[in-house]
Amino acid sequence: MDPIKTLRSRTVVLPASDVDTDQIIPARFLTTTTRSGLGANLFADWRYGGDGAPKADFVLNRPEAQGCAILVAGNNFGCGSSREHAPWALTDYGFRAVISTQIADIFRSNSLKNGLLPVIVDPGTHGWLMEHPGAEVAIDLESASLTLPTGRAAHFPLEPFAKYCLMNGVDELGFLLGKEPQIRDYERRRAAGPVR
Amino acid sequence: MPSPPQTLFEKVWHRHEVAAETPDTPAVLYVDLHLIHEVTSPQAFTVLRERGLKVRRPELTFATMDHSTPTRTEQVFGGAPIAIEAAARQVRELEVNCADFGVELLGLRHARRGIVHIIGPELGLTQPGKTVVCGDSHTSTHGALGALAFGIGTTEVGHVLATQCLLQGKPRTLAINVSGRLGAGVTAKDLILAIIGRIGVAGGTGHVIEYRGETIRALDMDQRMTVCNMSIEAGARAGMIAPDETTYAYLAGRPRAPHGAAWEQALEQWRRLPTDAGAGFDREVDIDAAALEPMVTYGTNPGMVMPISAAIPQRPGDAVFAKSLAYMGFEPGRPIAEQPVDVVFIGSCTNGRLSDLRDAASLLRGRKVAAGVQMLVVPGSQEVKRQAEAEGLHEVFLQAGAQWRESGCSMCLGMNGDLVPKGRYAVSTSNRNFEGRQGVGARTLLASPLTAAASAVRGRVTDPRELM
Repeated sequence: MDPIKTLRSRTVVLPASDVDTDQIIPARFLTTTTRSGLGANLFADWRYGGDGAPKADFVLNRPEAQGCAILVAGNNFGCGSSREHAPWALTDYGFRAVISTQIADIFRSNSLKNGLLPVIVDPGTHGWLMEHPGAEVAIDLESASLTLPTGRAAHFPLEPFAKYCLMNGVDELGFLLGKEPQIRDYERRRAAGPVR
Repeated sequence: MPSPPQTLFEKVWHRHEVAAETPDTPAVLYVDLHLIHEVTSPQAFTVLRERGLKVRRPELTFATMDHSTPTRTEQVFGGAPIAIEAAARQVRELEVNCADFGVELLGLRHARRGIVHIIGPELGLTQPGKTVVCGDSHTSTHGALGALAFGIGTTEVGHVLATQCLLQGKPRTLAINVSGRLGAGVTAKDLILAIIGRIGVAGGTGHVIEYRGETIRALDMDQRMTVCNMSIEAGARAGMIAPDETTYAYLAGRPRAPHGAAWEQALEQWRRLPTDAGAGFDREVDIDAAALEPMVTYGTNPGMVMPISAAIPQRPGDAVFAKSLAYMGFEPGRPIAEQPVDVVFIGSCTNGRLSDLRDAASLLRGRKVAAGVQMLVVPGSQEVKRQAEAEGLHEVFLQAGAQWRESGCSMCLGMNGDLVPKGRYAVSTSNRNFEGRQGVGARTLLASPLTAAASAVRGRVTDPRELM
């Protein structure tokens, strides 16, 4: 995973709430056994018509949405299935951050492991973003903050460990493998009797 | 010094801390049971191969195939090829991965194969006090036995395969206290739908739910699993129910449950798990079960749910709500009862257990599925299928005009080609009514097996109490 310290981009606004992972990547595309290529089917049922042609009125198909790396969505993004294919599809498409007022637990965890920033902001900041599609915003990981073009800044929650991993491009598996002595010790304690 | 009172969740959590959470790092949590399936594991095995890693504890890892597998008997047992080539490839890849890494697999033709969340408890693999994870959000089902069970992503599947551990921030706790007796025709499915309607699809985010109270204690294990299964539909990390005599009676004698002296030792540990008197929760919600009636969803998430006798709610000025109703082809203010139905699906990890099939059969016995309605009955496991057939339930379904299939996730998410046609209405006992979940343009109404069966008979959304 490449380190991320800052991100600056125009936004795409998806005016939908409770966007579930079945919308982000429908189940019929989960028969893949690799991580790559899912961006082509990101939001497939909203993005394409029955004939497979892009729907002109869907936000991602508009000319001004091209090249945007930040997706702003309505309240509660990423609910439903645990499929990591959802953040894989978003990052493969080119998104690097998702902004909402609430982000579902498993989706958020999966996003952090794939360099997709889950940015949870207050309703005021969110409301401004929803009303200003295409706004150029800046995200700074060190301060865990997002700055609007108006100069208004909003803090977003980011656990110290997640921040460390994102900013240094560290993968969690390496960290866990380094815990081997503690894991062995725990297994020995368990084998000796119930852990109270 | 006596330890402070703890909740069920806190006890299970603390007993699995390899390293406790610190201000700078999440907890390292040990996993007792890792369930894997064909759809969310291939990329994790790829990572193991790339990094030269082994499965650290293959004996704590258990594989089956359910999501993309066919339910047509000829494709499972008859030698016909699996119709979807990519699904066939996933099945083969899981077989190779399990063989290469020494993981036990209940493969496509195994007599105990089934939906991963049905077979874990059924085999006695799921036990009170265990930590259980799987690359599937409905892993919350296993919490019905007093386990801490939650869904994980594929990267985390790789973490558990390689280290038997996960990095986790400690969730908050939410008690849902349920009192009052469920009325006739009102089931555990109606209860959990009502709970989701009350707290919302994000109401449990960041929390582990413990379902408590006299109503929960009175539920049998199948019903408890239905409740815990849909915890994720309220956004919760997990759902749990304290183990009790109902739990122990369910587990006793199951193939992978402890036996003999080990059973007695396990019981002694399990009896310590329930939440201590005086232990606090971060939030509490009270539900009166006696006031509930059969519930049915009307929109495109499980929180958009209503009593079956009510009218579809009105939310003037709410564009997102209007879009959802437009997808469903519904108008605010209209009753949901009498809505014509095209497809009825009985099955899934929510309602694919034997008692669910008995409920559905009780209303179908001596009746016919209405003309023009396609009804699919898919047992949650091959063992559920065997038991249902031993009771003659399959004859009831077949004589009513329903289809009787091999086990799997099937029409819950349609990965295997069991799909609801575009624009059609399905009353489904599954867990998600998201747009397109059961097929592109499909319109899903979630309900109990009783309501689904009654609706199949009438060809319209029907209160099951009218047929009881």
